[in-house]
Amino acid sequence: MSYLTILRAGPIMSVQDTGRPGFLARGLSRGGALDVQALAEGNALLGQDCAAIEMMGIGGAFQADRDMRIALTGAPMRASAAGEALVWNASHVIAAGTVIEIGACEQGMVGYLHIGGGLETPMQLGARSPHLTAKFGAGLQPGDQLPLGTDDAFEAGMILPVENRFDGGRIRIVASFQTELFSQTMRDRFEAATFAKDARATRMGAPVISAENPDGFAAEAGLSILSDVITTGDIQVTGDGTPYVLMAEAQTTGGYPRIGTVIACDLPRIAQAPAGAELRFEFVPLDEARHAVQGWMRDLQALNGKVTPLVRDPRDIPDLLSYNLISGAVAGDEWEMEET
Amino acid sequence: MTQSQWPRIQTLGTDGFVIRFSDQLNEPANRAALALRAAIEVAGWDGVEEVTSALASTAIRLSAFADFEQVEDQIKTLVLSRDWTAEPLPDGRRLYRIPTVYGTELAPQMAQAAKAAGLTVPEAAAELSAARTRVITLGFAPGQPYLGTLDPHWDIPRLSQITPQVPAGALVLAIRQFVLFAVANPTGWMHVGQTAVQLFQPNADRAFMLLPGDEVQFNAVTEAEFARYENDPNGGAEWEIIP
Repeated sequence: MSYLTILRAGPIMSVQDTGRPGFLARGLSRGGALDVQALAEGNALLGQDCAAIEMMGIGGAFQADRDMRIALTGAPMRASAAGEALVWNASHVIAAGTVIEIGACEQGMVGYLHIGGGLETPMQLGARSPHLTAKFGAGLQPGDQLPLGTDDAFEAGMILPVENRFDGGRIRIVASFQTELFSQTMRDRFEAATFAKDARATRMGAPVISAENPDGFAAEAGLSILSDVITTGDIQVTGDGTPYVLMAEAQTTGGYPRIGTVIACDLPRIAQAPAGAELRFEFVPLDEARHAVQGWMRDLQALNGKVTPLVRDPRDIPDLLSYNLISGAVAGDEWEMEET
Repeated sequence: MTQSQWPRIQTLGTDGFVIRFSDQLNEPANRAALALRAAIEVAGWDGVEEVTSALASTAIRLSAFADFEQVEDQIKTLVLSRDWTAEPLPDGRRLYRIPTVYGTELAPQMAQAAKAAGLTVPEAAAELSAARTRVITLGFAPGQPYLGTLDPHWDIPRLSQITPQVPAGALVLAIRQFVLFAVANPTGWMHVGQTAVQLFQPNADRAFMLLPGDEVQFNAVTEAEFARYENDPNGGAEWEIIP
């Protein structure tokens, strides 16, 4: 068995797949990657369907005892292998023993390191994701050794074009069964407001603050509503008027009123919004929202077809010899370096 | 609120529906939510990924590509087919008996809770030990039950100060309900009892001990007896199927 060793780890770093659906009635939310799109992008780059390492805000240092393919997706972070910069949204071959260094986000908040063949950490109840909020499993620590799956593919040096979802923007929401607890005036004010994600955001939820609404928002029913079922993306408004967008590790039921629900395809944009990035919420009709989610899910399925060879200009590579060393396991025909 | 308002069928996000039986917790509404959930699971409609229930509602999560109109029609037909508040609880539910130490240094807020209920500590322990409560819903932590409903004199308020941490297995009480803690957490409810039970055992055949609708009796034991269960993940709990 080969292993990936964690030499250094950011504060919130964990192995994540698409989570563990099916346990809402038992009090356990799905969990899984905060940016499902980034997870799919990495899997498309490597031609697999595996868990990846999710890094919030800052990455870490990693070393494997065998040659491996990797892909880097989600929030672009400063990344290098043996001192050579690694292109984001791309796949690479890393020689055994080479240290991969991943630093702070340059955009967005959540980056992903994918390994060819995947990580074979234990499957529990159908997923490898720990549920950090539920204290089920744990995040990654320096010294952890993650077993690597067998990688039967060779394709690396590929890139995937991605749309910018790393600086906030327009977020589509649908009315929820508690939206009517908020007056039309309050809903209008909510839609007109500009928000910034608060630094207290976790895998459970992201508070969003509107500077022009210092008292926040409130339901007419106040806080005396019966605790009810929560779905991922719900925006609950807590006692002090702060809206929270409930994310992958949301609680399964809750008693704070919810003004609306962020649609699945816009949740990555929330997860990726750095503190200070502008967010605006817009109610869209249910039909339109369902079509948007369906279109997004089809696009995720079709990502494999959008992967293209990473074109590198040899003049950008200061030391070709060391570069080839890093890419030691690549046969010539998989890595086509175009002449310029 | 007029009675005809209930039950209400509404959407939950883009891919779900919620059927609510009341805007207050009461026994018939909780029973209706449990019975409807069981009936939807049996119905096996296309596109349904998951069915759950909360205090007084049932919810369904569908595939993003489900035929939402068809499922909504199926829900309406099923929901209107009978009075769910008059339905029996689903079959196969379990009654658990969980050994519990009331009071002592293991559960330091028992005296306060007994006083709030107008009882002495021995009276309170005898009442709580005899009470057979239903798992109304699970939530807040995996496998963690809300159990009810205790007699009206147990309608005691939450604490004004949060207890920074109670251990896993803590039995806490407020507003005529128990919560049995699955993991150590802060709480504003009164810590009246301590059990040795691990409610969520991810590697066990039955990962979650309790399901909504199960019933639990928290039988009083001495500290000496309790010590025998400390290495048993089931905390000495015994169960039988409710006939």
